[in-house]
Amino acid sequence: MVTRAETNAKATALRAVFEREGAQVVEPPMLQPAGTLLDLYGEDIRARAYVTSDALRGEQVLRPDFTVPVVQMHMAEGAEPARYTYAGEVFRRQERHADRPNEYVQVGYEVFERADPAASDAEVFALIAQALGDLPVRAVTGDIGVLMAVVDGLQTSQLRKDALMRHIWRPRRFRALLDQFAGRTPVPPSRRALLAGEITCDAPLVGLRSHREIEARIAALKADADVAPIKTRDVDMIEALLDIAAPMPGALGRLHDLSVDLPAIIPAVARVSTRMDALSARGIDVSSLMFEASYGRTSMEYYDGFVFGFKARDHVDMPPLATGGRYDALTRRLGKGTEIPAVGGVMRPGLILELESRA
Amino acid sequence: MTLKLGVPSKGRLMEKTFQWFAARGITLARSGSDREYAGVVDGIDNVSLVLLSAGEIPRELAAGRIHLGVTGTDLVHEKLALWEQSVKRVEELGFGHADLILAVPKAWIDVDTLHDLDAAAAAFRRAHGFRMRIATKYHRLVREFLRAAGVADYALVDSQGATEGTVANETAEAVADITSTGETLRANHLKLLGDGLILRSQATLWQSRTASMDKAERASLQELLRRLG
Repeated sequence: MVTRAETNAKATALRAVFEREGAQVVEPPMLQPAGTLLDLYGEDIRARAYVTSDALRGEQVLRPDFTVPVVQMHMAEGAEPARYTYAGEVFRRQERHADRPNEYVQVGYEVFERADPAASDAEVFALIAQALGDLPVRAVTGDIGVLMAVVDGLQTSQLRKDALMRHIWRPRRFRALLDQFAGRTPVPPSRRALLAGEITCDAPLVGLRSHREIEARIAALKADADVAPIKTRDVDMIEALLDIAAPMPGALGRLHDLSVDLPAIIPAVARVSTRMDALSARGIDVSSLMFEASYGRTSMEYYDGFVFGFKARDHVDMPPLATGGRYDALTRRLGKGTEIPAVGGVMRPGLILELESRA
Repeated sequence: MTLKLGVPSKGRLMEKTFQWFAARGITLARSGSDREYAGVVDGIDNVSLVLLSAGEIPRELAAGRIHLGVTGTDLVHEKLALWEQSVKRVEELGFGHADLILAVPKAWIDVDTLHDLDAAAAAFRRAHGFRMRIATKYHRLVREFLRAAGVADYALVDSQGATEGTVANETAEAVADITSTGETLRANHLKLLGDGLILRSQATLWQSRTASMDKAERASLQELLRRLG
């Protein structure tokens, strides 16, 4: 059993690794105003974070991670470029898995830098890989940006692309939408009647959503009914992309093959390639480093580019010891008109010690 | 000690529960005045009646402070995470039927399914700058249901009563509430979504999996279950 004191000592030691890289130590408050997180994540945050309140400040959240407050702090007052590190507890509500901890210590490193995103990606990954040392872990990488580029490059209406983009992180919903847009699911009778103008309603309209909004959606649905289905070839291509799970050189080869048919992904694939070189330059053995195109899609995170995780090789039940990724879009959303490329990662000292004791 | 049976302390649910037990030869009654929340049990030995708010019965069962309890499926599912681990369903009692459903204004002719709701929620958020609000007191059930369906851009707002009125009052755009006949929905110009049934509920007798029992209590439980079966 790993004690709290041991975990804290390990956390301090890991944070020192990042401090030596010139990172500034930050200590965001444990209680965060709920508004920002609710706006970012919606109701899902209530299922995963502890929301509490008082009569003066209203709803507060026990921080479920450090990234959001660090980004807020940087966007408000940070100098550029910037590197931050932190160590402390995060709190996660557990309603399904009583055996998972609801509080644990995270140590993190966040890089805000415009110059060379691939180098920043590689820097974060390599520092974490080094800090994990000889532990029996397996790293997986991915890139949400490639899937986004595929969606963006589809030959279909902007409305359909937006709908798919909105559900990139909800694989089942994404799949259902794709099937629908490819004409693979039958149009429900209620929708057919609506499009034919056969639905009327004499009930008074109650609530904030106006007649104009209802009319606008009906108009959009009518326009959408005339849009040609997404080609089977394109759906197959998305599947082919999501199926990619191979060491980096092989995965990159398949990405290059896909980009022949789908030129829209060429810039995103080039970013993967540049990153591979940057990782290699940092001493990472990319020939055995896994790349999985669907990695990072089911977590509720804000990553929109490079993603990675380190898992214990022989303990599938163990959560990842470290995770991270690029979150440029988050800085845009929290930046109130400004943005900056950003990448970061967190480690869990408690799990690292547990794995050491099991090994 | 005696076997503790928790029963809703007032209203139709209490009366119907008393009738259901009476039909099986067990008389439950409130002792003393109508205002006193104490009960008596006749027709079986070593069983005591605990009168409680229906909403508190799941918690008492899970804590093992009562051995058996009558309350709705909706309340057990909402209040107890991993409810299968703390309570066991003994018998559905055949009354107190109610469905937890998701409803939107009837005039939303473009919204019939969860899929529509999700699309409308996205447009609503763009137009109004905040998430589409759904009023309910069943936060956990509704959230899990909508997450499984992949609905985004909504927010739950708490409503402990008169939930159907929140839409007309413009404090919510949609509601998730219990309905038995749909009358209240119609009166408030709302309609049920085609795939908006979240849970079917009825009054149910539950057994606590956590309450400890001595030999006498165990015997009483066996006898009670025999009489009810």
